Amino acid sequence: MEQVELIDITKSYDKQKKVLNEISLSIEKGEFFVLVGPSGSGKSTLLRMIAGLEDITDGTLKINDKVVNHLPPKERNLSMVFQNYALYPHLTVEQNILFGLKAKKVSKVEQQERLRETAEMMGLSELLSRKPRELSGGQRQRVALARSVVSQAPLCLMDEPLSNLDAKLRANMRVEIRRLQKRLGLTMIYVTHDQVEAMTMGDRIMVLNDGIIQQIGKPITLYNEPANLFVASFIGSPKMNLGKAKFSTDYKQLIIEGVLPIEMDPLSVSERLKDVNLTVGIRAEHIFSGMEENATHYLEVVNVEHLGNETTLAFDIGTELWTAKWPGQWMINVGDKIPVRISVEHLCYFDSDSEELLKAATAGKSQEVVAI
Amino acid sequence: MTMGTGKKLIFYILLTISAIILFAPTLMALVMSFMSNQDILTGSLPTSLTLDNYKNAFERFPLFQYLFNSFVVSILIMIGQLVLCSLAAYAFVFLEFKGRDLLFYVFIATMMIPFEASIIPNFHIIRDLNWIDTYQGLTIPFFAMAFGTFLLRQNFKMIPKELKEASQIAGMGDFRFYLTVVLPVAKTSLVTLGVYGFLTSWNMYLWPLLATTNDSVRTVQIGLKQLQTQEQLNDWGVIMAGAVIVIIPTLILLFLGQKKLQRGLTEGALK
Repeated sequence: MEQVELIDITKSYDKQKKVLNEISLSIEKGEFFVLVGPSGSGKSTLLRMIAGLEDITDGTLKINDKVVNHLPPKERNLSMVFQNYALYPHLTVEQNILFGLKAKKVSKVEQQERLRETAEMMGLSELLSRKPRELSGGQRQRVALARSVVSQAPLCLMDEPLSNLDAKLRANMRVEIRRLQKRLGLTMIYVTHDQVEAMTMGDRIMVLNDGIIQQIGKPITLYNEPANLFVASFIGSPKMNLGKAKFSTDYKQLIIEGVLPIEMDPLSVSERLKDVNLTVGIRAEHIFSGMEENATHYLEVVNVEHLGNETTLAFDIGTELWTAKWPGQWMINVGDKIPVRISVEHLCYFDSDSEELLKAATAGKSQEVVAI
Repeated sequence: MTMGTGKKLIFYILLTISAIILFAPTLMALVMSFMSNQDILTGSLPTSLTLDNYKNAFERFPLFQYLFNSFVVSILIMIGQLVLCSLAAYAFVFLEFKGRDLLFYVFIATMMIPFEASIIPNFHIIRDLNWIDTYQGLTIPFFAMAFGTFLLRQNFKMIPKELKEASQIAGMGDFRFYLTVVLPVAKTSLVTLGVYGFLTSWNMYLWPLLATTNDSVRTVQIGLKQLQTQEQLNDWGVIMAGAVIVIIPTLILLFLGQKKLQRGLTEGALK
C-alpha cells in the first residue's frame, strides 16, 4: 500500500528558479526511504513540503490516498525529527516528550502509559526530570526520537537527525533508528547528505541534485548501476573512479584518459558505445592487486592510506586521481610502481555528454551480492 | 587583570572620589531627612537625629494615596507594555506576512519621535474620552512601546524556528505556542522589560501632571513637587523625607533585578 505519493511536485520561490522540478515518487507503507543529495539539492525542502511546513507550488501530494496539499501539518498525522532536535529548553525531558500529546488532548492515563513505554524503549527512564541542556548530544537525539515515537504517527520524517553527532555515536544511532523503524513498522522518510547513512539505512534511496531526481532504487542497485555520472560519483566511498575513454580504431583497446589502455573483445563492443563520447567508471575495490603473471598494468602510487583492515592506494590517471581499495595490509610506499589487474567486465560506461549510464558493469552482481 | 599595585591604588582612589561625588546628593537628602529644621537652615552638622520629618510627611500630605496611585499606574503600564510588546514582537518574528519588515522599521522609526511631541494630541484624546483624573488616562498612552517591541523581537529571534515547526506538527496554534514556549523561554528579557517599564513610569512627571487635576489619582512624583511649594518657607526636612520614601521602591527593584537587568539589556546585542 502506498503511504505517501508525490505527483509532479514542484517548488519555486517567487516564481523564479525551480528548487524542485516535477518530483514524482511513491513510498510504501513501512518503508525506510532515504532522500540523499548534496546541500542545496532541495531534499530538505521536499521533506518540509511533505510535512506541510512549506507550500507546494505545483503538483499533488497524497498521504494514504488522500490529497493533503492544503492540510495543515497537524492534520497529516505525522511526526518529525529536526536536525537541531527542536527540544524546548525550558521543559524537562518528560514534558518535552509529552508536549505533542498534551496539544492533541490525549488522556492523562494514556500519556503516562505511552511515556513509560517510550522512555523504556529509548533508555531515557533515568533522565525524565532533566532539562535538555543537561543532556549529551546522543541523549538529546534520543529525546527527539522519543517525542516522535510517542505520537504514534504512522509516518515519521527525519531531517538530517544525525549530523550533529560524532562519528561513533552516529554509527550507533543509525542502527538504533533502523531497528526502531522496523519494530514499530513506521514509514520513514529520512533526509541526509551523507551517502553512507543513505546506503546503510535505506530500503530505497532517492538521489536528488539541483531539484531533479537522479535515481531511485535499492542501495545496491545505486551502487552497481548508477544511472548517471552524478550518482556514480556521489554514492560509494571512495567515489567511483571515472575517466574519459576512447576506443582504439580496431576496438581491441579502450584507452582511458589517453594513458591507460584496456584490452577489449571487439565483438563485445555494442554499437551504442561506438558513436558517443565515453566516460568509464570503475569501483576502487575492482582495481585488484596483480601478480607478475596476471597484472594488466603497472601504476605509480601517489598516496597510501593504511586503515588496518584495508589499504587505499591512489594513482594519477591522466588528469584524474584514481583510488584502489585492497583488503588487508600492504607494505607499499609512495612512488612504487605496483602491478594491478583491471578487467573490462568491471567497467561502467557513461555518455560524457548526457552523463547517462550506457552499460553497467557486467561482472559483480553475481559475485558480490550473495543471496542467503 | 594584571595591574600594578600603585596603578590599582590610583584607580580605586579615583573611583571612590567619583562615587562620593555621585552619591553625595542622595546622601545629603538621606541625612537631611533625619535632621531638625533648625539644623538644616543653619547648615550645621546634625546635632540630633529625629523621625519627625517622616511623621510630618505622612501627616501633612496624602503620601499613602500618592504612593498607592504610583504603584497602580506603574504596574498597569508595566503589564500593558509586556502584553502588547510581546504580542507585537511575536508577530514580527513568527508570523509571515507581506510588508512585515517594512512595518517593523516604521514601528522602530517612531522611537525617534520624542514623547513631548505627542503629548498634546495625547492630551486631546484623553480629554475627549473624559479620561482626565482616571487610571486609564494615566496609563493607556504608554502601553505601546517601540523599544520594548524591539528588545523582545531581538530576543524571540534567537528562538530556533524549528521549535515553532515542531509545535505546528504537534498541532499547536500560534497563541498556545506563544504562551507555552515563547514566553517561558524569553523570561529574562520579559523581566528586564518589566523592570524598565516600571521604573520609567514610576519616575514619570510631565504626563501625570497634565492628566491629573486632583489628589484622587495623582502620583507620588507630583506629590513631592507639592511638598515643595505649598509653604512659603520650604520645609526641606519633610521634602527630603518624602524623596527618600519615593526612592525606596526603585532601589529595591534595582538591587533585586540588577543582574537580570544587565543580562537582559545586553542579550540582544550579542547574538
